[in-house]
Amino acid sequence: MKKKKTSLVLTLMMIILASIFILFPLYILISTALKSPQDMINSTLSLPTKFHFDNFTQAIKITNFFDAFGNSAVITCVSVLFIILSNSMVSYAIARNREVRFFNILYCYFVSAMFVPFQIIMLPLVKQVSSFQLDNIPGIIVLYIVYGLPFNIFLYVGYLKSLPKSLEEAATIDGASIWQIFFKIIFPLLKPINATIGILAFLGTWNDFMLPLIILSKPVQATLPLVQYVFQGQFSTNYNLAFASYLLALAPIIIVYIFAQRFIISGVTNGAIKQ
Amino acid sequence: MTIPALILFFTFHTLPLIKGIFYSFTDWNGYSDWKFIGFKNFINVFQDDTIRNAYGFTFKFAILTTIIVNVISLAIAIALNSAIKFKNALRAIYFLPNILGVLIVGYIFNYVFAQLLPQFGTYLNIPILSSNILGNPDLAWLGIVFVASWQSIAFSTIIYISGLQTIDQDIYEASDIDGANKWQTFRKITFPLIAPFFTINMVLSLKGSLMVFDQIIAMTGGGPGNATQSISYVIFHFGFSGGNFAYQSANAVLYFIVIVAISLFQLKVLAKREVDL
Repeated sequence: MKKKKTSLVLTLMMIILASIFILFPLYILISTALKSPQDMINSTLSLPTKFHFDNFTQAIKITNFFDAFGNSAVITCVSVLFIILSNSMVSYAIARNREVRFFNILYCYFVSAMFVPFQIIMLPLVKQVSSFQLDNIPGIIVLYIVYGLPFNIFLYVGYLKSLPKSLEEAATIDGASIWQIFFKIIFPLLKPINATIGILAFLGTWNDFMLPLIILSKPVQATLPLVQYVFQGQFSTNYNLAFASYLLALAPIIIVYIFAQRFIISGVTNGAIKQ
Repeated sequence: MTIPALILFFTFHTLPLIKGIFYSFTDWNGYSDWKFIGFKNFINVFQDDTIRNAYGFTFKFAILTTIIVNVISLAIAIALNSAIKFKNALRAIYFLPNILGVLIVGYIFNYVFAQLLPQFGTYLNIPILSSNILGNPDLAWLGIVFVASWQSIAFSTIIYISGLQTIDQDIYEASDIDGANKWQTFRKITFPLIAPFFTINMVLSLKGSLMVFDQIIAMTGGGPGNATQSISYVIFHFGFSGGNFAYQSANAVLYFIVIVAISLFQLKVLAKREVDL
């Protein structure tokens, strides 16, 4: 009996805590986005007297929301797709050839790069990328794919170690080529780890601000976080307009999260624990 | 597939790294001629007040954030893992801050600190909250600690929950029978058993906070004055503008050494503690 009682108190405490610290900021975000500046003067916290959707139309216009959304979506989707495909292939080659010295060195080379903070390569990188004319969307996609390698190789190789080689040996005897083995046998077996890496790459790329900030030179190519930064000055003191824009920028990921939260949480957890 | 990956990785990761180290020994300003100047940049970096200040800010920020994040998220994780209702819904809500973009979250809290909190503070007559804390050189860093913690607590909590789920429930029954109180149970059973997860969280949150950047851009721009300039911010801000390319490269090289040293030290110490517990 005693146990049940405490659980209710604790439940209530956790709900209150969540309301104050997580739901309340979200409420502020949504209610401010829907108010007119006039409404704000009367009360900052209350519900809007009338839904002021004008903020959204204006925010969409100022930040070119749909362009930015499109850029973010293209960059994220293409990057995630190629990260999963290419990084798993490289990892497969490394994992199955660890006894060959070259591949072992390669593994250490990639994995040790996890220690390198981005700040040290940032300055020369910008010069190099613009001299290659890669200061654009295709360029940033290449960078995301390449920078995924250290962490992802680490995860994939760890996972591949746990897969038995007997299946592949049987397939080789049956005359399957290395590509067939990879796509027909290995890749399907990698499903759980592909999900983990896909989710981490998705969140990381979608929310990333620093790489777009230094790489994307043209405003038309800006991603969602970057446009908030670029147009921050234009919101000036019109918080309602600014918040409408923030809400628009956060909405896609919140919607995805509502439908896939279990999937996302388990993906993030798996990724961190294997580290 | 391996060879192209190797070439691309070398071109876009190792080559800039080598260049960065190379230029740190020169006086290149980013566009004109350069010459070797040996360790001069490094000597100057050590005497530079801006950079020293950035290290001071970054370290006090990172240490406080790491402590706050780990204490609070462990508490939340234990609460969310005990016998409560709406477990899954609550878990989903507590994880939500982690998936939101850091920059935008920073902008939103910027408003909370600049507009809402002062109104609230005036209303309750708390002088320290009556003005924008981000405008106060002594307090601005705490605002950034709050926002950074808000997002990383979400992450660490989930890791601790998955750690707590690995613990066999029988062991609690045994300690209950032996008459252990709640704190003893936590100290002697729960904590040692989730030690590996503690290591993960310590390493990840310290590393994350040492690289703090987005929050600075969104909330203070390094100000007021240079009170909240982090190392990342200094490298970015002064490296790209003002012809300090080589000089900030030297700063970045030192930063790289510091990060590697801390990561190795942490892994070693915490891994050893895991065995000792």
